[in-house]
Amino acid sequence: MRALLEVEDLTVAFTRRGEPDSVAVDGVSFDVQPGEIVGLVGESGCGKSVTSLAIMRLLPERGNRVTGSVRMEGESLLDLSDAGMRERRGRDLSMIFQDPLSSLNPVIPVGLQVTEVLTRHRGLKKDAARREAADLLDRVGIPDPRRRLDSYPHQLSGGMRQRALIAIALACTPRLLIADEPTTALDVTIQAQILDLLKQLVAETGTALVMITHDLGVVAGLCDRVNVLYGGRIVERAERHELFRAPRHPYTHGLLGSIPRLDGPPGEELTAIRGSVNDNLPWTAACAFAPRCPRALEVCTASTPEVEEHDGRLLRCFNPVEGS
Amino acid sequence: MTSVLARRRNRIDDLGGRSLSADALIRLRRNPVAIVGAVIIGLFVLVSIFAPLIAPHDAAAVFPELQRNLRPDSIPGAQPGFPLGSDQNGRDFFSRLILASRQTLIVGVLATLIGLVLGVVIGALAGAFGGWVDTVLMRVTDVLLSIPSLLLAISIAALAAQPSQTTVIIAVALVNVPIFARLLRGSMLAQRESDHVLAATSLGVKRSAIVIRHMLPNAMGPVIVQATLTLATSILDAAALSFLGLGDGDPARAEWGLMLANAQAYLDVRPALAFYPAIAIILVALGFTLLGEALREALDPKGRR
Repeated sequence: MRALLEVEDLTVAFTRRGEPDSVAVDGVSFDVQPGEIVGLVGESGCGKSVTSLAIMRLLPERGNRVTGSVRMEGESLLDLSDAGMRERRGRDLSMIFQDPLSSLNPVIPVGLQVTEVLTRHRGLKKDAARREAADLLDRVGIPDPRRRLDSYPHQLSGGMRQRALIAIALACTPRLLIADEPTTALDVTIQAQILDLLKQLVAETGTALVMITHDLGVVAGLCDRVNVLYGGRIVERAERHELFRAPRHPYTHGLLGSIPRLDGPPGEELTAIRGSVNDNLPWTAACAFAPRCPRALEVCTASTPEVEEHDGRLLRCFNPVEGS
Repeated sequence: MTSVLARRRNRIDDLGGRSLSADALIRLRRNPVAIVGAVIIGLFVLVSIFAPLIAPHDAAAVFPELQRNLRPDSIPGAQPGFPLGSDQNGRDFFSRLILASRQTLIVGVLATLIGLVLGVVIGALAGAFGGWVDTVLMRVTDVLLSIPSLLLAISIAALAAQPSQTTVIIAVALVNVPIFARLLRGSMLAQRESDHVLAATSLGVKRSAIVIRHMLPNAMGPVIVQATLTLATSILDAAALSFLGLGDGDPARAEWGLMLANAQAYLDVRPALAFYPAIAIILVALGFTLLGEALREALDPKGRR
């Protein structure tokens, strides 16, 4: 099957006059099959959000340089005209953001924000768009959708707002949905509801989902395949079950070790990953993770580890954790 | 007990939209400062609408019974039929004071409105397009803002061959333009960086719709507040222009700034001639300022409860 989205060697550098470029995304490649749920995991500053913005071409016009290629159904998104990209956004691919309150326009009713997309991309007339909008709100589990259309964003609860945003993003049944930490601003019970809803909706509509998160719990419940990002590069990629059964990159290993487990032995101590992103080495002549890595060797600070494939799993490490 | 419960239930069930501006209005009604301001302005507007009914006499009419008693060292005070006595020309001072409110309201509102419309257009263009459009518009605005407002108004008014009420309105309006333009441009820029504009962009919403529907309404708050405050300064500026002789020269026309200017020569004879117009100007300006300040508080997102 042909991939829906192919990201190849995507590099985003933020440029600033008089200063060296800062590379946020450094040659990231991954693909998404139709209907698949792909996770992009990593801690703050690893480049996951910038990757998603670069795919959507939502980075500011100036101050950054995007290279590499992003192809959706064979068409290069980076080479599209601005108008062509605007046509595709919301119709073929759309996005959900982290903070549901600030992502909705506070001064216009929720219904109008749904119908806006419907009239724009599906050419619906006002009345038809309103009926369709009510249906959409109903499908994402908003009670009394007809009256909710006239509510303003501040009158909805956080979970309700994120449901509304999901309804807006899926209004034109795009083939790709990028969700950038859609549950970070919500409390835990609502998080679970929203994730279930996303999972159910993408299954119903056949939409592929790129799930960007720092929360491995989210990944565990949702994703088919997982890309682990560190310092702007993919350090490990595997099927979900493979990744959780036997994490091989020390970073993934550390991430999993830092999460409390219900089935772990009582009194088990969590292992933290030492240091922070600030301790990174440049990828150009080392492994960026080396200073924080418990398994670092001499070679890790002397040359760049390349991506290697071991039985369906991508790994960028000189001294990976042995698979069991 | 039940009534409290019922009311709570009603509030919970009330899903109908209540916009941010409706919320602001509710907060405004609870603020005593806003009420004082609104009462002053309400009275002022009522008086200016019904001025011909309230004023017992015509503004230009000269009364022989008053004129007879005009002396270089005395101007007749209150007497039956003339509640505030005579002005320096033997006309009914009270009637003139009342009728002048109209001129003031017209000048203040028109000058603010024209300035607002032009300023919003310029500010929206600069904020929406950015780049060289922004640079050109904002440099012109900077130049205009660098000149003290009254000085600028005087220069513009002085360009007119024949000073009239229209030239006063235009002069004061042009002074207001850069203030609104600068303010709106700033909040448009802030909107451009906002999450909901990014979200709208990610949905492929057209650029014109993003500017008009998503950026402008969110950016207008500070501009609306500024407009109420500008009503006050416009009235003061217009009065100042009249006071300096750049207003309508027609002596029959009643205007507070002009009355104040003419009263100067009689300050030691009858200070009331200066006192009443001055108080009127101050009260109206105060009313608009109070309401503007209260409006700013009501629209402030941090004040939301």
